Order: sequence, then structure tokens, then C-alpha cells
Amino acid sequence: MPLGLNKVIGWTAGIGAVLVILSGASLAALAARPLVPDPPGIASGVSEDRAAALRHFLTQDCGSCHGLTLGGGLGPPLRRELMVDKPVPYLAYTIMNGLHGTAMPPWSAFLTPEEGEWLARELKGMNP
Amino acid sequence: MTQGMKTGLNPGSSSAPGAGCRKGWGYLAAALALAGNLVFAAPGPRGTGDLGIVVERGAGSLRLIETSGNTTLARIEGLGDLSHASAVFSRDSRYAFVFGRDGGLSKVDLLEGQVVRRVVQAGNAIGGAISQNGRLVAVSNYEPGGVKVFDAETLDLVADIPAIYQEGKPASKVVGLVDAPGNRFVFSLWDGGEIWVADMTDPAKPGITRHRGVGRQPYDALVTPDGHFYIAGLFGEDGMALLDLWHPEKGVRRILPGYGRGEEPLPVYKMPHLEGWAVAGRRVFVPAIGRHEVLVIDQDTWAEVGRIPVAGQPVFVMARPDGRQIWVNFALPDNERVQVIDAETLAVIHELKPGKAVLHMEFEPRGEEVWISVRDEDRVDVYDTQTFARVASIPADKPSGIFLTDRAHRIGL
Repeated sequence: MPLGLNKVIGWTAGIGAVLVILSGASLAALAARPLVPDPPGIASGVSEDRAAALRHFLTQDCGSCHGLTLGGGLGPPLRRELMVDKPVPYLAYTIMNGLHGTAMPPWSAFLTPEEGEWLARELKGMNP
Repeated sequence: MTQGMKTGLNPGSSSAPGAGCRKGWGYLAAALALAGNLVFAAPGPRGTGDLGIVVERGAGSLRLIETSGNTTLARIEGLGDLSHASAVFSRDSRYAFVFGRDGGLSKVDLLEGQVVRRVVQAGNAIGGAISQNGRLVAVSNYEPGGVKVFDAETLDLVADIPAIYQEGKPASKVVGLVDAPGNRFVFSLWDGGEIWVADMTDPAKPGITRHRGVGRQPYDALVTPDGHFYIAGLFGEDGMALLDLWHPEKGVRRILPGYGRGEEPLPVYKMPHLEGWAVAGRRVFVPAIGRHEVLVIDQDTWAEVGRIPVAGQPVFVMARPDGRQIWVNFALPDNERVQVIDAETLAVIHELKPGKAVLHMEFEPRGEEVWISVRDEDRVDVYDTQTFARVASIPADKPSGIFLTDRAHRIGL
């Protein structure tokens, strides 16, 4: 996992170095973006109301085990920087199906597949 | 008489005797809160026996409440991440020790309505206990896993007990920390599957007794009101681990083995809590894991003597102080409901729907009323346990745990 993080940081730094020749404004715009860019062409399929409900769910219900600020509890921390090397499909699968042998339950009774993916993207800071 | 004092839903709407007095309190507290001054000045000396706190988990604040008129006296802020926060009280019931998720340990003066000391003692914590003599406060930590013990007066670190159960492995997360007679702390190791007893006779050098192999993933524990038995619930397998604290040399015994054998357990959306001791006569009531059932145990034989079908997966199973009723709340998706079981007939005799996300229930010391936190409705409601009527409702920001000062004088709380 630290290796993956280093890779991404290295990758980002590399891009940054290339972009030094670009204008300061472009550089600032890049810095404001998440480390991992959005995969193109995935529509979220989640309404704004539902997004608010999902954020509440993430804070309060996921937060029961992972901490209100996602800093961890009985479940591991889910802070954004720890999610960098976790692919969206892996996170979405875990949310929907749980992790056997751990206290992580499957949440598919409460979420559509799109919502599971939305939450996975939320953990990575990829939602608008 | 109590009825007369408590009929108003809030101070403003009530004309019951004493309403003027309550109004005064409310206005005073509000004015002081607005002024940014957390101190609420009681008019003359005041006892703390009817005080308590409500955790506002999202805001990192507490509501100081009183149960004689069912009102809020003050709001106390700046306690950090209070998801899954709990509290114990000093032996004089003046101070609350609040254990925050972020490892914060805060000492709150209920009479002054403010935090008087605070330490961030770990990265991630789950709860704590106060010693029999009231001099030590222990905190159970997830990260780094173990128990830290503090001087109750100063919050200076007295002892550090890392929960190392196997060489080369990280320390275990610690759950189910309680106080026990003999100035002992007892706790369970989630990752290690062990129960440890720490004798605090010499506070700086705790005498640790390890009980290994008690079962997979103990998730919480409780101690009987007489301090005689410690029971840990197991998440990783069906059953519970029982330790006789009068005879710890006899070791840990498994009870309710395989209570769900052959059945596929449901996903557990919220870890149940074992808190207090739901006991009526010789019967003990505990939540079943992954089942819509409350289990009934005979305290003489420790055998299962019944299962009560309930509305969902139980989270808290709490006995009214007189033992006549058992109140149960539930995990998602049934967490808007509360059911009441008659301890004699084992039948569900009443169901309440307080609102979305009922998180905790706390009985007043003699059981005539119960406080219920309703997180998603931003309310704490008070119910009459005889009539089941709602007698008060107090706004609170995403309330979770409710803790009344009578806990100061109860073993294991």
C-alpha cells in the first residue's frame, strides 16, 4: 500500500515537473484536482437528494465503525489518502458485499450498485 | 408529584408548577451560551444527583441535562470526535470523564458546565472506566491497542498496558473495559481473543492476569452489578465468555455455545452493546448477534432458557432498574423502533417509534422515566415507562450516548 501511494505521488510529481513549463494558472488548477483523475464517461446516476442522504449514511452509519471523520474505529480508517491505491470497483464491491471474516457487512440491502459505486468514489474524493 | 413537575414538553409550553423556575434555567443557559460563556451559574448550592450528559456526536459537544424538570442546562463544546463516545463519573458525581473516538479524554465539571482538563491520549479509543476507589480512569484504545490509566484528579498518565498478545503482531484493539471490585480493571482483546484482568493495587505497576483463547473477536463485555461475573460477547463465533471474578483462577468458561448453530446469521449492520446488566430475578437478557432475538440466560446454570423474537437485530438490551421491563433498540433498518419486553412473561408488550436512528436509552435512577436519543431527528425524548407516553423532548445535535450521574455509584459503569 505505501508502495502504491509512492507510485502515485511519483507519478503526480512527474506530471508536475513537466507542467512547470506551463503557466502558473494551469499549475494551480492541476493542484486543486484529486491525485487520481476521474475515469471518464461514468455518469453517477445518483440524484442530489440521494447524494446528501448517502453522505449522511457515510458519516453516521459507516462512521459507527470507521469513525465519524473516517479516522478508523473497529473498522480501519478510510481517510482519502489511504484510498488512493484502492480501485473504485474494489471499494464498491467491498461496500456491497462486505469482507468475509471481518465485521464489515454487505450493504447491498440498502444501496443500489450505482450508489455503492458513488460511495466508493466519494471515499476517493472523486464526486463533484 | 413527579408527574406534575414533568408534564411540559419543553419549558416554554408548560404551565405546570415549577415551569417558571425551569424557564429561568432555560433562559439563563441560553443567554450564557449566546454570550459564549460556558459557565452556568447555579443559584446557590446545587446537587448533581439529577444531572446527566447527552453526547452530540457530530458537533463534538455535550448537553448538560437535568432529570427533575427534564431540561437542558448548558451546552459544552470542544470535546473532539465524539462518535461512539461514552462517559463515567467521579465518585462525588461532580465530574464526567468523557471518552472520545479520537483518543480524547475530557474531564467535565457539571456544576461549572465546562471542560476542566483534557488529554488526547491515543489515536483511536473506544471507552473507559473509573476504578472502585475513584482515583484512576482507564481508557481502552484501538490505536495503539491497549489500556492507558490516568490519575482521575490530574489526568496524568499512571500506567500504560499495551495489548500485546503475540510477538510480532500489532497490539490488539481493546473492548469491554470495566471496573471490578478489588480495584481491578477487566477488558477484552478484539484481535487477540483474550480477557485480561489488571489489578491496580499498585497503580504504576498493574498486575496483569491473561485469560487466553476465550473465543474469536470479543466485541463488548459487561460486569454484573455485584461485580461477581464478567461476560464478553463474541462476534467471531456463537457464544459468550464468562469469567467468575470471585474465582478468576477457575478460568474463563464458554456459555451459550453455538446458540445459532445450523442457521445462517444475518449481516450485522451495527455491533451490539453489552452495557449495564439486563437482569430480572435470575434471568439475564442479552442481544443475539446477527439474529432478530434477545437471548435469555439463567444466571444459576448459565444455560439458555429462552429466545424472544424481536423487531430487528438488538443493539442495546437494557433492564429498567426494577427489573420488570427490558427495553430493546435495533440496528439498521429497524433503528426507528424500540420494543419493551415484560421480564416475567418474556412477551413484547409495547413498541415505540421514537423516530429515525434511535441510538441509546438511559433510565432515570429509579426507572420511572427513560431517555432516548434519536439521532436523525436531532432530539432526545423522555418517556414515562409505565404509560409509555412521551413526557419531554429536547433538541440535540445528532445525539448518541446519554449518561446520568447515578452511574457514579454503580459497579461496572
